[in-house]
Amino acid sequence: MTEIAVARPVAEVPRRTLRGLLEPVVMSVTPVLLAIVAGGILLTILGRDPLSFYGDILQQGMLESFGLQQSVVRMATLLMIAAGLIVAFRANLWNLGLDGQFLLAAAFVAGLAPSIVSSLGMTVGLTLCFVIAAVVGAVWTLVPAGLKARFGVNEIITTLMMNFIGINLANILVKGPFLTDAPGVPRTDILPLAERLPVLFDTRIHIGILIAAATILLVHLVMTRTPLGLRLRVLGANPRAAVHFGLRTKRLTLVAFMVSGALIGMSGAVSMLGDWGSFRADWNPGYGFLVVPLVFLARLNALATVAFVALFAVIQIGGEYATREADLPNDFVLVLVGLILFFMAITEFMRVRRERRLAFVTAGLASRLRRGGDDG
Amino acid sequence: MTTPDSTTPSRAAAPAVELRGITKAFPGVVANDDIHLTLRAGQVHSLLGENGAGKSTLISMLSGMIAPDSGEILLDGRPVQMGSPRTALDLGIGTVYQHLTLVPNLTVLENLLLGSSTSVMLDFHAARERFAELVARLGAAIDPDARADTLALGQLQQVEIVKALWRDTRILILDEPTSMLTPQGVAELQRVLERLKAGGIAIVFITHKLHEAIEIGDRVSILKGGRIVGALDEDELRSKTPEQLKARIVNLMFGEGADQLSGVAEIEIRPLTPDEPRDVSEEAELEVSGLSIDGGDDEMSLHDVSFVVHRGEILGVAGVDGNGQRQLAQAIAGQRPIHAGDIRLAGESLRRLGVPERQERGLRYLTDDRLHEGIVRDESVAMNMVLKRIGQPPFWRRGTIQPSAIDALAEELVDRYETRTPSIHTRIGALSGGNIQKVLLARELAFDPRLVIYNKPTHGLDVKTASFVRSQIREQASQGVSALVISTELDELLAICDRIAVMSSGRLTGIVENGQDAQARVGELMVA
Repeated sequence: MTEIAVARPVAEVPRRTLRGLLEPVVMSVTPVLLAIVAGGILLTILGRDPLSFYGDILQQGMLESFGLQQSVVRMATLLMIAAGLIVAFRANLWNLGLDGQFLLAAAFVAGLAPSIVSSLGMTVGLTLCFVIAAVVGAVWTLVPAGLKARFGVNEIITTLMMNFIGINLANILVKGPFLTDAPGVPRTDILPLAERLPVLFDTRIHIGILIAAATILLVHLVMTRTPLGLRLRVLGANPRAAVHFGLRTKRLTLVAFMVSGALIGMSGAVSMLGDWGSFRADWNPGYGFLVVPLVFLARLNALATVAFVALFAVIQIGGEYATREADLPNDFVLVLVGLILFFMAITEFMRVRRERRLAFVTAGLASRLRRGGDDG
Repeated sequence: MTTPDSTTPSRAAAPAVELRGITKAFPGVVANDDIHLTLRAGQVHSLLGENGAGKSTLISMLSGMIAPDSGEILLDGRPVQMGSPRTALDLGIGTVYQHLTLVPNLTVLENLLLGSSTSVMLDFHAARERFAELVARLGAAIDPDARADTLALGQLQQVEIVKALWRDTRILILDEPTSMLTPQGVAELQRVLERLKAGGIAIVFITHKLHEAIEIGDRVSILKGGRIVGALDEDELRSKTPEQLKARIVNLMFGEGADQLSGVAEIEIRPLTPDEPRDVSEEAELEVSGLSIDGGDDEMSLHDVSFVVHRGEILGVAGVDGNGQRQLAQAIAGQRPIHAGDIRLAGESLRRLGVPERQERGLRYLTDDRLHEGIVRDESVAMNMVLKRIGQPPFWRRGTIQPSAIDALAEELVDRYETRTPSIHTRIGALSGGNIQKVLLARELAFDPRLVIYNKPTHGLDVKTASFVRSQIREQASQGVSALVISTELDELLAICDRIAVMSSGRLTGIVENGQDAQARVGELMVA
């Protein structure tokens, strides 16, 4: 039905209409509401009061000053990771080695920061730490990136493998060359509070959130406005077209991977220099795989990711208190998060299906698909 | 159930299958609208229509792949329910699809047993007998123990026909069977069909080529926009001259007087007439010399391909699909490494240059795979117009995209190339194939091309768009832009090219000056 039988003219997807503006909001709010309802049912079955549980999350995660500050602090690290993921995912490169990149960079920063900052001063020292983290993160993507670019080796497998090595190497560093002389659990030297990332005003919020916000904005601008961003998007959307258009796909693959790794590495620096000040052996917050679905459900849109990460941080921080209060294991927070992700996936599926059906109608794809591929 | 070989051939007029009011709708589109069609034993019924006219949908219903929304199918006057492909086979309806379905590394016999065996053990002996019987009925000669991938395309198609006839088949459906055949192969197919007709089989012959429909068919039905818009019966086919028939069909398809429209004339593509001599410069624009490409295990390799395209010349590349044409195009465009030889554009060797550098020098490649290689579906029409110029002014300045410059270009090109799109900001994936092709054409022809490789430029397009594309190629050539036109439609090449090169098995088997006897000579070279 390519030319003749198009029953109705294609309607331009209304972007500037009220519906066009509301759709993303509806898309984001619906799954959260559904998850709240489902989680509430679950809580009732467990004999807890859902209202007070959710109240606790809100109270501790957002409304209480201390909780809000903690949520914002948590956001900083997660946003940096998200920024790194977006660069790779947009190019359809599945950098799942983020835990390895994050921890290895964090270990290097934690191990080197105390001596660097004390000898070079805050500004230069901390900046140098960020550079080190970026380099470590980027270098850790080189093997998967090279294999992918040169031989087309599946990067999902190679990055996951590099995770094992990265995580354990981080621990070897912490228990070996970077081990503190101080007694207690094996860890790196603690960076004195005064030498960590400066805090904002009179809060516990450090400038990591500003760095993260600037990074995510920069990633957004690069992805939407610059040639590099478009090239990465084309590579991601249609690698064969990328070759046809004359893009240097191998170089782009390397660039995407290294930028991704660098940003994730820098999130390790934010975490160490701002939040913790020291790397404790066997520490692994597993941020990576919590951020992956968020980035996905923000449809790889850097700005939209901010909202998802904020929500997630509030639930994580507030949930710690709420579960304690309700005498539930802390893991119940993950159940809630899982429910939100589940409903997000379903809502997203419905949206894609609706959009597809629109396209089927206009392009007659349905008939062609049923005919089994080629037009007769 | 009667079989063709167990009974005397039935009278030519006996209706074998009757479709009554068949309607099938896909979301938002009526693919078949109130189709009435009668197939008779011992007749070839041509079903003529453009791509997207609803031919394939109709066939899918006849062969049990999909069920009609309304209407009924009568077999020997009795209504039947066609629930699945198996039911259709049980009822004696066999289909030969446009694309080969044989497993390449099995023998012919094994392939035939794949679909037909009902017992646990394969009965090779019975199969061998049945094969011999059917091949004899076709008047063909095929070794049942040959591996499928060693057979020529025409033979493979004969095996497909044998496969379709395997169970006592009385109705044979052929979906675009000529699309992969040489002119000689078409003649051979026609002989096979004559024999099957004599055996009392009802044949549905689907085609989008007008001359084939009237040459091969005993009756012709014309499908347009999901409806039967006209039919020619035996008497009419017999009594009128081919020219009268063509005019009549064109009128049926496009309305009275439509044959006067320039675009429609292409449905029966006119040959080059001596009164429009083309001035082709003697200057070589593109020189390909000794080009060899290693295709690996999966693709056809090229061997020692050499030719020259002069300035303003249109050189056609004919050949059955898959004989190395795509590899040739990709190598010239710079998308594929070459093993040996050289490619020169305006005297300069392109060997060491990448795709962007070749584009810069005026080389353009209109890909044959528009959906998977030519566009990024989720980007807008406007963005797709500039995807070969990422980062270049005026569309990017100081590393930042300039939407107004892109939009201005897109508006202009959409207008100039008569692209039907709701807006330049529409997702290109939502456009029809013809309009996508216009976007690609606009993208390649903008910014002073020097030589354009058109790879199957009209494949799968409706006649009007196809004609538009062909006239653009001519138009560009008259302005001095050289063209390398790769096509499997020989008629098309004969209509627009100055010379026609022929590819077969990865080799260039010869180049023919377009003229009176070009068709026959090209046909000979295709099997050389």
